[in-house]
Amino acid sequence: MADVTLRKVVKKYDDVEAVRGIDLDIADHEFVVLVGPSGCGKSTTLRMIAGLEDITGGDIMIGGDVVNDVPPKDRDIAMVFQNYALYPHMTVAENMSFGLRLKRYPKAEIKSRIDEAARMLDIVELVDRKPKQLSGGQRQRVAMGRAIVRNPKVFLFDEPLSNLDAKLRVQMRIEIKKVHQKVRTTTVYVTHDQVEAMTLADRVVVMNHGRIEQIGTPNELYHKPATKFVASFIGSPAMNFIPCRLEESGGKLHVRITDRIAFPLPPARAARYQGASRTDRLLLGLRPEHITEAKAHPEPGVESFDAVLDVTEPMGMETLIYFALEGAQICGRVNPNAGAQDGAPLRLAVDLNNMHLLNEGTGAVI
Amino acid sequence: MSTVAIDKAAPTRTVKYGSMSRDRTWALRWSYFFLTLFAIFSLLPPIYMLITSLKSSAEISAATNPWWVFHPTLDNYIGLLTSNQFLRFFWNSALVSIFVVTITMLISVPAAFALARMRFWGSATLATGVFLTYLIPDSLLFIPLFKVFALFGDWTGIQLINRWYVLLLIYPTLTVPFCTWIMIGYFASIPKELDEAAIIDGASWFQTLTRIFIPVALPGLIAATIFAFTVSWAQFLYPLVFTTSTDQLVLPVGIITTLIKGDVFNWGQIMTGALLGAAPPLIIYAFLMDYYIAGLTAGATKG
Amino acid sequence: MADVALQPDRVGATQTPRKRSSLQKALKRKSTAAFLMTLPLIILITLLVLYPAFYSLHLATLNKSMQRFVGLGNFEFLFKRDTFWLVVKQSCIFAITAVVFKALIGFIVAHFVHNIPAKGQRKWRGMLLVPWVIPPAMSTLAWLWLFDPSYSAFNYTLSFFGIGPIPWTGDATWARFSVILVNVWYGAPFFMIMYLASLKSVPDQLYEAAAIDGANWWQRIWYVTLPMMRNIIAITTLFSLIVTFANFDIVRILTAGGPLDHTHIFATWAFRIGIEGSDIPLGASVSLFMVPILAVAAIFILRDVNKRGNES
Repeated sequence: MADVTLRKVVKKYDDVEAVRGIDLDIADHEFVVLVGPSGCGKSTTLRMIAGLEDITGGDIMIGGDVVNDVPPKDRDIAMVFQNYALYPHMTVAENMSFGLRLKRYPKAEIKSRIDEAARMLDIVELVDRKPKQLSGGQRQRVAMGRAIVRNPKVFLFDEPLSNLDAKLRVQMRIEIKKVHQKVRTTTVYVTHDQVEAMTLADRVVVMNHGRIEQIGTPNELYHKPATKFVASFIGSPAMNFIPCRLEESGGKLHVRITDRIAFPLPPARAARYQGASRTDRLLLGLRPEHITEAKAHPEPGVESFDAVLDVTEPMGMETLIYFALEGAQICGRVNPNAGAQDGAPLRLAVDLNNMHLLNEGTGAVI
Repeated sequence: MSTVAIDKAAPTRTVKYGSMSRDRTWALRWSYFFLTLFAIFSLLPPIYMLITSLKSSAEISAATNPWWVFHPTLDNYIGLLTSNQFLRFFWNSALVSIFVVTITMLISVPAAFALARMRFWGSATLATGVFLTYLIPDSLLFIPLFKVFALFGDWTGIQLINRWYVLLLIYPTLTVPFCTWIMIGYFASIPKELDEAAIIDGASWFQTLTRIFIPVALPGLIAATIFAFTVSWAQFLYPLVFTTSTDQLVLPVGIITTLIKGDVFNWGQIMTGALLGAAPPLIIYAFLMDYYIAGLTAGATKG
Repeated sequence: MADVALQPDRVGATQTPRKRSSLQKALKRKSTAAFLMTLPLIILITLLVLYPAFYSLHLATLNKSMQRFVGLGNFEFLFKRDTFWLVVKQSCIFAITAVVFKALIGFIVAHFVHNIPAKGQRKWRGMLLVPWVIPPAMSTLAWLWLFDPSYSAFNYTLSFFGIGPIPWTGDATWARFSVILVNVWYGAPFFMIMYLASLKSVPDQLYEAAAIDGANWWQRIWYVTLPMMRNIIAITTLFSLIVTFANFDIVRILTAGGPLDHTHIFATWAFRIGIEGSDIPLGASVSLFMVPILAVAAIFILRDVNKRGNES
């Protein structure tokens, strides 16, 4: 068990900077997910922690020791790969024990560890099979088993679920969480899937263009995104961004969207945005669940307006609606019984208590 | 090229016999008809070898129907297999082939691993160079090589010409480039994550090669071994140039230079010798056809 | 670790006094190791392929006893000899005719094999590849016996149809035909196997789409099969061109260049002059004439093989 620390870690491939100075503290037992679009440097970061890539600058520490120049085998880590990377010519048991056998562990010790891991992952009856005879989900379990038997300081997962179909992915997600609850090994997990990140992580690290955009618990990221990138990356359907301007009328602060539509801000929000520029182009950030059908008795801070729907998508427990506003396509979630229909007008309500205000130019959240 | 490029008669298309149209039936009949013709053409010489090998000299010179054996006899086989000279050829061939296969594998497998996985300065050029070397035919090099070895003998006093073991130095120029090339292909098709997993598991480069790469690329290794063996066994020009004493000859040259005495052709024995000389590659082919074919087609893909 | 009884890792953890070699050093070691692993290969190629190849350039500039530098004298001598031009002509006729027929027969047979139900294909493929497996020196002996002037089994058979006897290796034209026939017999299976592998890699959907678009059998071959196989046809043909052009075994055993040098090709003539005639420089000069054609073919192969590599 160990903590992992990254200090100003930089990775350059020739002239291209893949990772541009990352600072990250991962506590013992913590489950941290690195998430971001492809090419954001998350995998490179993980591979640097593993020692599969040398680092161009900065320091990586595992359990307090700087491991910059330590070869992977001496870092006491285990890694699960996207394509499982099981040795095709070895049985499941041999796959799991390969590392231990190389280190010349006693046979009895190896056997007990394999049994332990196999039981934990529910693959006891598979230990004599070859990888070719296993399904995708079973291979994933074996790959995890191979990591567990090593009993390393750190688990590293590189997009382990991307090769599985949607249903299996959900199942394995839970499996991984269960395993972590049992072994409590410090885990760094890389994914491009924000749902995976949100569901698995103690803390999520959102990366973009080789930099960390924000570090926080899933809830923090969802409710208090620090940048437009985080706001748009986390949550599905994504947050709506509506071009707007702040203006004062009648002594109250309003967000003006069109000539006809302007919403007064609730007191808490008004106080927060008091100092913001009145001339800059701004973006009103609203999650789809905060754009709903108007109710007869709205709560304070909830304002309503009329919109003509372009498309509706009934999801069963809710209906997603899409309409255009100031050139932006807006998505909202309404009650299936609200009478939303393609091409029909609907009176909608926006919950400004949960609004975000962003600077359109810089993307910063105000 | 996939890791295991061996398809055991992969089902290419399902032919529904029940709903097969008349056109299809006829196309199939014509296919079988022409395939039979081509198969006869292909198998004619080896079959004729067999027929002749079972005849006595008397029957051969009697000019009876050449396609039939009227008085089958094993005399030719007995004659050759009890002749020390012929056994010597066979032994020389076997010795040369086995050593060449070993040398080839010892050189080409580590080289292919290095070229496929451990990028270093000039590795891409070297890989291309290996391929080009494979395209250089024996008939371009036999004269300078002969002179080089003659000079080598003059300078050092170590006489290599007319010694069977000179072939151990020469044959690898034919086998190593091709085997390296196809092993590069097989190794390159192994996913990179597999060696990364091995590195994290604590394997050294050598252990990665011996415990992961060689077992995973075993089909390729077998294909390369078969190739190296077939080439060494069949090579004719180099032994013809480099060896002359009858105790140093390998089988193909031995049969041609000793069984043909001037204008006298003892066809029964020649055909028997040819058939026995063709037997080892044919037997290997019969048992390992898929590997043989995999190796054959692998040469045309980039490593 | 609470719930799991995995013992704290003694062996692994106590090994922590690690060798902290710098990464630079490690990388250096890795490339050194790689270099050492390729060293035998490099030595082999340098000493036994490159050195002799360049040495033959030097040899070609010496006189017969190898005492005197004669510059291009050997080449001038060759250009003045009719036999040399005969060999050039015969080499080209031999290589081109043989390769064309091997390619055609290989293509046709591959189609027939591909046409029959999959479970029988293995057996046919196995039989049809036999000529390629037998050492050519051995199988050419069988052909030599089949072509025997007095006991030819072919002539025996043909006599029933009132044809012959044909002087298979005795007459210049027939001898040329015979060496090409044997070469086609030996090499066509290689084409067949390559084409068959390539045919199998053409997705069935393409044929289905073509059939739906109304393409007939010829159009399917012309617009689907051939374009998909273009690259492999090119590579195989060039490969075979090199091997056929440099062929030695078949001509040597079947005719030894005769009658009257009318079947000599570069390799057999170089052997006759250089080894049997002991004029090593002149023999080297003859075999050097193969280089331009081999080089052109090699360049095209390399281009196509690289292209193929990029596609896959």
